[in-house]
Amino acid sequence: MNSINFNSIIRFFVLILAQVLIFNNINFLGYVNPYPYILFILLFPVNNNRSLFIFMSFMLGLFVDIFSDSGGVHAAACVTIAFIRPAILKFAFGMVYEHQNIKFNNTEFGNRVIYFSILIAIHHFIMFLLEIFNISNIILVFQKTLFSSTFTLIFCILISILFSNKQR
Amino acid sequence: MQQIINFVIRNKTFLLFLLLFGVSLALTIQSHSYHKSKFINSANFLTGGIYEGASGISNYFDLKEQNEILLEENTRLRSIKLNTANSIATDEFVIDSSSYNGRYKINNAKIINNNYSSSKNYLTINKGEKNGIKEDLGVITSKGIVGIIDNTSNGYARVLSILNTKSKINAQLKASNHIGTLEWNGKSSPTTVQLTDIIKFAPVKKGDTIVTGGESSIFPQGIPIGTIDSFVLDITGDTYTIEVKLFNDMTNLSHVYILENLDTKEIKQLENPTDE
Repeated sequence: MNSINFNSIIRFFVLILAQVLIFNNINFLGYVNPYPYILFILLFPVNNNRSLFIFMSFMLGLFVDIFSDSGGVHAAACVTIAFIRPAILKFAFGMVYEHQNIKFNNTEFGNRVIYFSILIAIHHFIMFLLEIFNISNIILVFQKTLFSSTFTLIFCILISILFSNKQR
Repeated sequence: MQQIINFVIRNKTFLLFLLLFGVSLALTIQSHSYHKSKFINSANFLTGGIYEGASGISNYFDLKEQNEILLEENTRLRSIKLNTANSIATDEFVIDSSSYNGRYKINNAKIINNNYSSSKNYLTINKGEKNGIKEDLGVITSKGIVGIIDNTSNGYARVLSILNTKSKINAQLKASNHIGTLEWNGKSSPTTVQLTDIIKFAPVKKGDTIVTGGESSIFPQGIPIGTIDSFVLDITGDTYTIEVKLFNDMTNLSHVYILENLDTKEIKQLENPTDE
């Protein structure tokens, strides 16, 4: 159990509270909200117990769902990106990931943006698809995914830069 | 047997993923069906408490605006009261002529969480079962309707907003008695909703007022909703679909009134006499 450090647990609760109290109320242009709480999944330490990681992601999504009355859409999206994260890590970081010694603070900025944006886009697409739940409104799903993803990406990069403790 | 166990161990991540994804999918589908979602909602002790704490801070920011809304409403009510014919003579003896002949009990509450950006929006209020709030009570402000209570806990309740694709409310034109259904398509901005099923013979004019209809036992007849923004004839050519511009600013709500129809039980009994 010592594999999840204290840092991750603090991050878990702080991100949920920030999401439901601040970011859910931004409503830029009426309906565009960022969802930077998935930073927890994006920045979770890599060499870890995968089952535990998927379960934690599920709980993260479920908490946000309870607060925002959305059934299980966040939980479903979070579980999915937690499950496919290794594949995306391999795609974005290549050899570094193969050696299992990846530290997000020390990675190239460009690689990190690619990694963030792929996972954010997948998460938002699943979330809005389930939320709207109507295939005839697929254009609306894509539109919301595009706008919110951009917004989330900006916030995620800003937050990860602000709170990174780079040791050089 | 050994092989099955091996298979489970080898694929335990994938199986866990499938299980959790299935659970969340089930919760999603349950929240989309018309029946109330019982487990995952913001009207519980933990979330209600956190939202109430946060709104305790944020409600200082719009005190001035809320005061003005209250003053406006007081002015209107006072002018109604002074201009009613029998107000001077029988003030003491009438039970309460302004509260819809005593058929409605009015409660007040405060919104502690307001959503309007998704396609299924809910609000959370700071009154619950211990204040006599039940499911299926109507929620209004001084300007117009807000929604219907759909889930309660001891201290909090959740309101199904009119900005929710599941919401269906009986409404009518103020000028004539043609009734229709007030819905929201989930796409238009939070200032407009749609009124459907108004028959094509109805005198629909841009700028006319839409009010609640008398057919539901939740809202009394004549609660204001909004004005007609634009209207089109349906594909079938029989009914109008009307874009209604709301009187309420759904993005900026603070204090609401909760209407309880004291006759609901009687009406329900009459409508389903065999339902034991």
